[in-house]
Amino acid sequence: MSTVSTRPIAVAGVARAARVRRYGIWLAAAVVLLALPQLIRTGTAIAIMNQMGIAVVFALSFNMLLGQGGMLSFGHAVYFGLGGFIAAHVLNLAGRGTLWIPVPVLPLVGGLGGLAFAILFGSFSTRRAGTVFAMISLGVAELMAASSLIFDRFFGGEEGITTNRSKAPLLLGLEFTRDRQVYYLIAFWLFVSAIAMYAFSRTPVGRMANAVRDNPERAEFVGYSQNRVRFVSFCAAGFFAGIAGGLFAVNYEILTAENMGLNASGAVLLMTYIGGIGSFVGPVIGAVVFTFLQSMLSDYTGMWLLYLGILFLATVLFVPMGLAGVLMLHAPAWRARRIGRLVGPYLVTGALALVAAVGIIGILEMIHFVVAADTTRPTRRLFWVAVAPRTLTPWLGFAALVVAGALGARWAAPRAAAAFTEASRPAATS
Amino acid sequence: MFQLIFFSLLNGLVYGMLLFMLSSGLTLIFGMMGVLNFAHASFYMLGAYFAFTLGLHIGFWPALVIAPVLVGLLGALVERQGLRRVHGFGHIAELIFTFGVAILIEEVVQLVWGRPAKSYQVPVLLDFPLFRVMSSSFPAYKAFMLVVAVAIFAFIFVILTRTRAGLIIQASLTHPGMVAMLGHNVPRVFMVVFGIGSALAALAGVIAGPVLGTFPGMAQVLGSIVFVVVVIGGLGSLTGAFVASLLIGIVQTFAVAMDVSVGGALAAVGVHVNPGSALHDLWKVTIAQVAPILPYVLLVLMLIVRPTGLFGTRET
Amino acid sequence: MTPAVELVEVRKSFGATPIIRGVSLALEAGTRQALIGPNGAGKSTLFNLITGKYRVTTGRIRVKGEDVTDLTPYEINRRGLSRSFQVTNIFTRMSVFENLRCAALWGAGYRYSFWHRVSAARAVNERAETVLEQLNLTARRDVPAGVLSYAEQRALEIGITIAGGADVVLLDEPTSGMSRSETEHVVGLIRQVTAGKTLLMVEHDMSVVFDLADRIAVLVYGEIIAHDTPERIRANAAVQEAYLGVPQGVA
Repeated sequence: MSTVSTRPIAVAGVARAARVRRYGIWLAAAVVLLALPQLIRTGTAIAIMNQMGIAVVFALSFNMLLGQGGMLSFGHAVYFGLGGFIAAHVLNLAGRGTLWIPVPVLPLVGGLGGLAFAILFGSFSTRRAGTVFAMISLGVAELMAASSLIFDRFFGGEEGITTNRSKAPLLLGLEFTRDRQVYYLIAFWLFVSAIAMYAFSRTPVGRMANAVRDNPERAEFVGYSQNRVRFVSFCAAGFFAGIAGGLFAVNYEILTAENMGLNASGAVLLMTYIGGIGSFVGPVIGAVVFTFLQSMLSDYTGMWLLYLGILFLATVLFVPMGLAGVLMLHAPAWRARRIGRLVGPYLVTGALALVAAVGIIGILEMIHFVVAADTTRPTRRLFWVAVAPRTLTPWLGFAALVVAGALGARWAAPRAAAAFTEASRPAATS
Repeated sequence: MFQLIFFSLLNGLVYGMLLFMLSSGLTLIFGMMGVLNFAHASFYMLGAYFAFTLGLHIGFWPALVIAPVLVGLLGALVERQGLRRVHGFGHIAELIFTFGVAILIEEVVQLVWGRPAKSYQVPVLLDFPLFRVMSSSFPAYKAFMLVVAVAIFAFIFVILTRTRAGLIIQASLTHPGMVAMLGHNVPRVFMVVFGIGSALAALAGVIAGPVLGTFPGMAQVLGSIVFVVVVIGGLGSLTGAFVASLLIGIVQTFAVAMDVSVGGALAAVGVHVNPGSALHDLWKVTIAQVAPILPYVLLVLMLIVRPTGLFGTRET
Repeated sequence: MTPAVELVEVRKSFGATPIIRGVSLALEAGTRQALIGPNGAGKSTLFNLITGKYRVTTGRIRVKGEDVTDLTPYEINRRGLSRSFQVTNIFTRMSVFENLRCAALWGAGYRYSFWHRVSAARAVNERAETVLEQLNLTARRDVPAGVLSYAEQRALEIGITIAGGADVVLLDEPTSGMSRSETEHVVGLIRQVTAGKTLLMVEHDMSVVFDLADRIAVLVYGEIIAHDTPERIRANAAVQEAYLGVPQGVA
């Protein structure tokens, strides 16, 4: 009996420890968000971080649908874009003095705009789940893309809607003339939205979203309408997508129909999935990695989407749990304090895979050069070396890298896997 | 007026049958495997590009046969090496996989053939007006498209109703589990159906490329419409796909032909709208401009009125 | 007294095939009743009609006096009627505790709330913990339900059914596929969790039926041929004929 009587206290202790750890993580996140612009000071870095912050909010809102609710949307950017357009129009009205809306609350305006359209489109699209829901979301996205060509005044046609955040009324004297100031605004809304979205998953309807994802029929037999549960999740996701759109309007001061197009919806699916839909941090990791790769790659190659597409497909085929899932797999090794033993095997395998990747990238880039690039230049720089794609040597060189890297990785991968298994073993004593 | 209706009907029929060549394969694949193949229209695009390149070397007619075969093999490969691997993770994972394939194909097409549209021409043999009605003529090539589409339709019909393989396919449309129980090699049937569906899509691409254009966005343009068709028709229903293909094809062709704006129509009945009003954009919209939206509006209306689609019985 | 569940001339056909052919049945509140009958008699169909999964072709169904014939499953559930399934039907990716918590939410009045924290919903959490203990699954509290053993999943199936606090409970073959000792445990569990409630269960194991039921209804080819106490059912000639195929008078 004694074990029974002490158990509630032990449970309370565990719960308190968990709560401390959870608040600690949020506190750490806040500190990192505040410190980042002090540590990384270049203008481009700030611009990329702003882009990342917006992408994180957007990806988290997308995962409310896909990861939490089991709804695959091909049109989530609709709510991002509409929220952004509404925020941009409101900002213009504020700039003319028609409305008193200062910049810091503008993302909320975007959120409400996203929410309004999520209510409208969600009312019929959440009646279905699975594949049909996905197709409806695609239909809605196409509907909006086509509408953007018609409603010129709202969408601004080809040029889009431009706005100017410096003309809006000030709140508490806060100015947003420089990227760094916008950074703190984005960081604030990112922090608030992330907490709110995390909290949403811990509410009754958030839990039921998981239940409906797992087994919609059974959810109905415990009192919940699956359509209604999906609808509520959908509206919440639309709201936070709208906040991200509002942040976009403030940051870039321009919105075009492309921001709510199919490619934008596809991008958020890619980043969320690469990061991992099974956990809350997955979309955060995915959005940061995706934005980083996108901005790095687009400086060097016109085919960045090809590389991200390959990364995406590789994730779907080989690590469907995403980057966050891979990290989670290493929790046992971390707890057993054996993570250090993995560094060596991982580095070897990774280096060899990188060799193969360099070879593949080189070949793809040379194909692109021969087919699409201007014919006046005979060479282009690849990996800091000038290569001449119209001669045989670089093709052989890169092919050799692919073969060597692939063979090496095939040799090294089982060793890394064995090291992982060994390190993940539960500690022998304790 | 007769001329307008006649040609719109004819063009709508051609477009509708083209849609059916895509939606039939999509429906077969969905019906059997539960997978809505997002990359289906990408195989259509590959068909056009393969035929374009092959046509440069060996001419249009051999390409008409070889391009679909190549794409069909590629489709089977995608099923065997990719789709089968994610099958265990459920239909959403499969849909995500085919979405990734669609992105990859579009990017590879841009890599290999470049961004600008290719001048994929109608073969000389069919480059003449078939007949004239008043001031308009009907090109022979469109008649050829119609003939190919009808032939494919007949082919599918005969296969499904007159052969043993067709019976298995039909059975697995409604009772996929049972067919496996009866000892048929379902994975191989899947691979073959996926390959044939891809080849059909590619054939549609080969014949549509010269008319609708051969460019990297062609998959996205037609793909979304085809998804609308299969949802309106009712997922998994071939009859539904056929009816919805023709419906969308004809509705859209008619809408494009009508150059009447809402405001113009209102003015004709004596109502004039203040050009400064907030809805001004709406009034100056012509029906032709609305044409691209119409399939999606139909989709939304259909889902509100009849969520399973015209002939659908299965929920998802 | 109002019956807990009342069926009036309920008929159900699939296409041209009648499956339920005019069932009238009243279940007295607070009793444990069993629905038995040969395979294909329509027992599961009747369950699906009562719980709103299928629509009746004709006839009315009332729960605690209220007409529920045209209501959806979740509307019927909210009126205090809950069911389990013959084939295990749980939330596989969620933990055992979360399964029970979700099942308890509506009954505790939380509806589609996004302004409450589930961790602070004391009544719900206590209810889930209580059921967890009743099911003997406390040790498996945080394990995903999908990885439980078959018997554990069957227990969870019952737990989800009763966690919402429904006072009319329908169990569809709760002991199917279980060993002798597992069955005994489940019988004890059912007895415990349905105390003071109305229970209707489909069951093939006659020892379980005669052990638990106050009254037994016998369904044969879509018709109720007897509805009586276990003793009288045991002695009923029509029931014997239906089960054993022995014509009346010969046995």
